[in-house]
Amino acid sequence: MTRLQFVRWVLKPTVFVAALVPLGLLVRDTMTGGLGANPVEEITHRTGLTAITLLMLTLAVTPASQLLGAGWLMRLRRMLGLFAFTYAVLHFLTYVADQTWLTGEGLSLAVVVEDVAERPYVTVGFATFLLLAPLAVTSTRGWVKRLGGKRWQRLHRLVYLAGAGAVLHFLWLVKADTRRPALYGLALVLLLGYRLVHRRVRRRQPARRDPSSAESRESALSR
Amino acid sequence: MLIRRPDDIPSSEITDESLYWDRRRFLGTGAALLAGAAVPGLLSACDASAKEVRPAGPREDELTPYDDVTSYNNFYEFGTGKEDPAKHAHTLRPRPWTVEVDGEVQRRQTFDIEDLRQRFPPEERVYRLRCVEAWSMVIPWLGFPLKDLLAAVEPTSNAEYVEFTTLYDTEQMPGQKRDVLPWPYVEGLRLDEAMHPLTLLAVGLYGKELPNQNGAPIRLVVPWKYGFKSIKSIVRIRLTREQPRATWNVVAPREYGFFANVNPAVDHPRWSQKRERRIGDLFKRATLPFNGYGDQVAQLYTGMDLARHY
Repeated sequence: MTRLQFVRWVLKPTVFVAALVPLGLLVRDTMTGGLGANPVEEITHRTGLTAITLLMLTLAVTPASQLLGAGWLMRLRRMLGLFAFTYAVLHFLTYVADQTWLTGEGLSLAVVVEDVAERPYVTVGFATFLLLAPLAVTSTRGWVKRLGGKRWQRLHRLVYLAGAGAVLHFLWLVKADTRRPALYGLALVLLLGYRLVHRRVRRRQPARRDPSSAESRESALSR
Repeated sequence: MLIRRPDDIPSSEITDESLYWDRRRFLGTGAALLAGAAVPGLLSACDASAKEVRPAGPREDELTPYDDVTSYNNFYEFGTGKEDPAKHAHTLRPRPWTVEVDGEVQRRQTFDIEDLRQRFPPEERVYRLRCVEAWSMVIPWLGFPLKDLLAAVEPTSNAEYVEFTTLYDTEQMPGQKRDVLPWPYVEGLRLDEAMHPLTLLAVGLYGKELPNQNGAPIRLVVPWKYGFKSIKSIVRIRLTREQPRATWNVVAPREYGFFANVNPAVDHPRWSQKRERRIGDLFKRATLPFNGYGDQVAQLYTGMDLARHY
């Protein structure tokens, strides 16, 4: 089995199934009453936590592939990003249902708009969701071509902002225990910090072949 | 005491079945009228009157199941997750236990928990509990009015407030090893609030001893205030001249007021307080001023701007 075959037939399907596990558990626990005393809150928390975790993993793909010299890891990036977005959609829909349908008032968008405008952590969460949407839409090969690699890449740098937004959203919603959001914040700082350092190093040594190779080799593969 | 108040409000008066069936009929009629009159979509978000009237769910003030009452708790001394206290509170030793009552009193005294139970026989009180996080429960407490204990220690004329303190013991309460809150947890009431007949010192629920995760062996229950006022596992009650430095109020004064009366008109800065989810319900319900105990307690706050003194 070549590495390419391994990635296509083993690694990607495995990650695909793994990313569905939180959803599977959610469905199972919903059916069996395993969501505890406040199921809607539990669904909101789980989908949100899975979304931000997958977002961080997505951001970890490039540094990991560069540090390990494993360009083939890049083939997982789009899938992880799309799963992060999928859970963000579920998270957002749960929130909207909680604010509208479950208040017994029908789907009044005014209530959602008011909540988004009034509460900073909701504002940030919503903005993060909006940032992720165009990235999900333009994640296809067709869109890379349509936009051109450079422009596509520039657009997709929005994911850094989305990562920061997700962490801020998490940090602002907890009551007192900031340990978990702080942990995600630390991960984000490391992942973005790596990119800064890496860029500077690359600029200083323009002749070095290796660093950019992971990304360029990958884009060559996908075209 | 300056103001005479009814000696007691029996639980039957709080949860009288015929009363809430009446209320349900009333709400049902209101809802039918509303349904006839309202074209969907015309109900604007700020139409408060429309919000108040909605069909009551089938669980209107039904008791929250014992398992939910004892597995979904905020008790940061055992961790900040809702399920943490049920998992970790076994390290708490509710016996032997003493409660020190001192400060501005004539007869300061340290009560053994057993003596307290002998001297103030617990009665059942069914109260709604409204958490500041917009969920609620209905709990059959066993307890006695705080005013009976205060009467026994004879507050001096200087006493203006009552301060309560939770046990501070990092072995029994491992959550206190992390500084998520300044330990020990402290809460406080104005003396007239503390003397109100609804204010309870609970020692049990559902006819049993208070489980550790619910604040064993003795806790406060103030049903018209957000749950964080109802401090758990009390070791000290002190009467003071000054307003006590209540923990959440100190940590985040913009978010948690000293009074913390349940008030749908004053939102928490980060979420709405207009409605709540009764644990066990899917659909939310309207939150009532003073958690529905306005008839009994609103007079404590006449002349006060409750939007300012939230």
